[in-house]
Amino acid sequence: MIAEAGHYALVLALGLALIQSTVPILGARWGDAALMNVARSTALAQLVFTLASFLALITLHVTSDFSVVNVFENSHSMKPLIYKITGVWGNHEGSMLLWVSILALFGGLVAAFGNNLPLSLRAHVLAVQAWVASAFYLFILMTSNPFLRIINPPLEGRDLNPVLQDPGLAVHPPMLYLGYVGFSISFSFAIAALLEGRIDAAWARWVRPWTLLAWIFLTLGIAMGSYWAYYELGWGGWWFWDPVENASLMPWLAGTALLHSAVVMEKRNALKVWTILLSILTFSLSLLGTFLVRSGVLTSVHAFASDPKRGVFILLILCIFIGGSLTLYAWRASALKQGGLFAPISREGALVLNNLFLTTACATVFVGTLYPLALEVTTGQKISVGAPFFNLTFAPLFVPLMLAVPFGPLLAWKRGDLLGAAQRLFAAGVAALVAIAVLWAWTWGGSTLAPLAIGLAVFVVAGALSDLAERTGLFRVPFGTAVRRARGLPRSSWGTVFAHAGVGIALMGIVCETTWNSEYIGSMKTNDVAHVAGYALKFDGLTQRQGPNFQEVAAQFEVSLDGKWLSTMKPSKRSFTTRGSTITEAALLTRGASQLYISLGDIAADGTIAVRIYHKPMVLLIWFGPVLMAFGGMLSLSDRRLRVGAPKPARVPRSLQPAE
Amino acid sequence: MKRILACVFALLVMIGSSAAYAVLPDEIMSDPAKELRARNLSRELRCMVCQNESIDDSAAPLARDLRLLVRERIAAGDSDAQVLDFLVARYGEFVLLKPRLEPRTLLLWLLSPLALAGGGLVLWIQNRRRSRSAAGQDNSTAKLTAEEEARLKKLITEPSLPDRSV
Repeated sequence: MIAEAGHYALVLALGLALIQSTVPILGARWGDAALMNVARSTALAQLVFTLASFLALITLHVTSDFSVVNVFENSHSMKPLIYKITGVWGNHEGSMLLWVSILALFGGLVAAFGNNLPLSLRAHVLAVQAWVASAFYLFILMTSNPFLRIINPPLEGRDLNPVLQDPGLAVHPPMLYLGYVGFSISFSFAIAALLEGRIDAAWARWVRPWTLLAWIFLTLGIAMGSYWAYYELGWGGWWFWDPVENASLMPWLAGTALLHSAVVMEKRNALKVWTILLSILTFSLSLLGTFLVRSGVLTSVHAFASDPKRGVFILLILCIFIGGSLTLYAWRASALKQGGLFAPISREGALVLNNLFLTTACATVFVGTLYPLALEVTTGQKISVGAPFFNLTFAPLFVPLMLAVPFGPLLAWKRGDLLGAAQRLFAAGVAALVAIAVLWAWTWGGSTLAPLAIGLAVFVVAGALSDLAERTGLFRVPFGTAVRRARGLPRSSWGTVFAHAGVGIALMGIVCETTWNSEYIGSMKTNDVAHVAGYALKFDGLTQRQGPNFQEVAAQFEVSLDGKWLSTMKPSKRSFTTRGSTITEAALLTRGASQLYISLGDIAADGTIAVRIYHKPMVLLIWFGPVLMAFGGMLSLSDRRLRVGAPKPARVPRSLQPAE
Repeated sequence: MKRILACVFALLVMIGSSAAYAVLPDEIMSDPAKELRARNLSRELRCMVCQNESIDDSAAPLARDLRLLVRERIAAGDSDAQVLDFLVARYGEFVLLKPRLEPRTLLLWLLSPLALAGGGLVLWIQNRRRSRSAAGQDNSTAKLTAEEEARLKKLITEPSLPDRSV
């Protein structure tokens, strides 16, 4: 009954989406406000029905109704409740349902909070949103229905892939999808602008918060996924340049570029046509990511679904939306007027440079990910493009970008003073040089280049702080005044500082982890001691444990530093009976930003274990950086300027307005 | 200048390379220098039965065979290039995670620098064209629609709107 209700709700949502994709457009054509307002009610109703459908699937999983194929294939009555819930999107059908639910959520948000949008713009935006939604409802209903029944219901389910039975699954896919799908809003705004043939700075003001919101989620989603892979897959890697990871990195790179170009458009009314194109490209890359992951065209570490029928359907959606929107762009973009002149050395110029490097980086990831596929399809030849290729081509693009990052916020709009900016970055430069010198002396005879990279990271972080000091007049005016100015700074300026510092911090983590990590690979008997990076790890023996749906063998390690006991670490191996598979659960010990990491290999009959122990210095910075970036994004999002239609003036008129 | 560039390149290769090992204790060579070479080579070679994993990362039996093969060749005195050639002759180009520069991989390797150069060129041309017509006409004033006029009027007549967020 619940399954049928969920199915029916989804069909109704499709019906509503079809109405929403046509009626408001006609309303806008005829200038009929009532018809345009249909978009609002259908978007809200669509949200209700899609959520109902999603909740129905969750209910089926929680109650372990194995008469439903999806539940049978991915659940087990003994599975802990949290994995019964997260297992809903741990499979193809359910994750597509999550995808459309989030799409409906964003549509509903625009409908609910878009009261300040011009009526025709809102009608167009919601209609475009409904086009995307209709396509994906059709996809689910025709090829990936999660509500199918089994005629003779089995008593027990097949259980969820053990790798996915982790709290990471509760956070990573929803975050990632909030990011992916969030970019549909800027896409819809771009298409609406092209359809209407009107675009202005106010448009950028509406688009920016939505883009920012999606970007925050995508940033956190990617970072979260990377950390999950790091502790779950058991070999301590955190980025593999896997096509599935690249699929999420591409929209992130394009989205980051979009975020920056939207600033130029909002502030200076320039780069309009480019911003529109980026909006289209960013969401197209999100669709491409969905295609790559969901079609099974690349069967990779992440892939848990493949069916050619589905692949062709998504490919069709991809072609229609990307092809259609780019054609519309080619046809209508010339009608949009360019405005806002600026000199090459200016804030706008810096942001254009940022866009140049980010889009090139995005193109590099794109070609590296799709070239082997294209070559195989066209010539039948197989080549591999992996981490060594991306490290060589992607990383060089980031050095000039990182060097330029601190300069951007210090340059004035329209015409900047490069020499002046350089002077203001003098302290940051000195900090970077000191860092390089100290590290060089400290690691004498070791890597010569890692200190340079750390210096670059220090420059970015110190540059972000210099910007803050410059704006508040720190060290030039009395401290109290500086604090007062800091409080008066727009939140978006604070956001820039945090986000840029986050980039530098992440780089520090990456360099430290890859250059100075130490490892121990060996076989250990009970009471053997392994020495890694000054830590002594004594193997105390094995213990057995019975989990809810698995059996566990854990090894106990006593960790000490300079003879002083620190902690106990318990890496383990879990065997899942239903699927007959075994996974390793690494043990982590956090010391500051560094971590000790133990992963178990084979366990011999006599109790000898193969073990890998790593010391990963500063490794947590790799994820702390993106968290800072996302925090910067949130600060920027809370800036009152971005809340359109908030013309309430500041309560106390300030005589000292900081320059922006 | 060339040396600096080479340094920067080497630096980046190093930054990017992730440390992930599936090497088993019994595989490790007694000579640390040779072991390091084997490690670095392993990272460039694909485990062909896995999805996008190097033989250094993979726990698959084939990866282990390949790791042992690499170490065998190194022990036999092969240079790094010879080891790679040996493996390519045996398993084809598919085994290399970083494809060689050949006619068929030209686009793969050149797209990135071309995109950067092309993008830079377009920007430069645009900038020149813009500065030539710098005196350009003011085109920032588009006409308001009736709806916008009404809204503007409303905004002017009631100055203190409640704070509504989007």
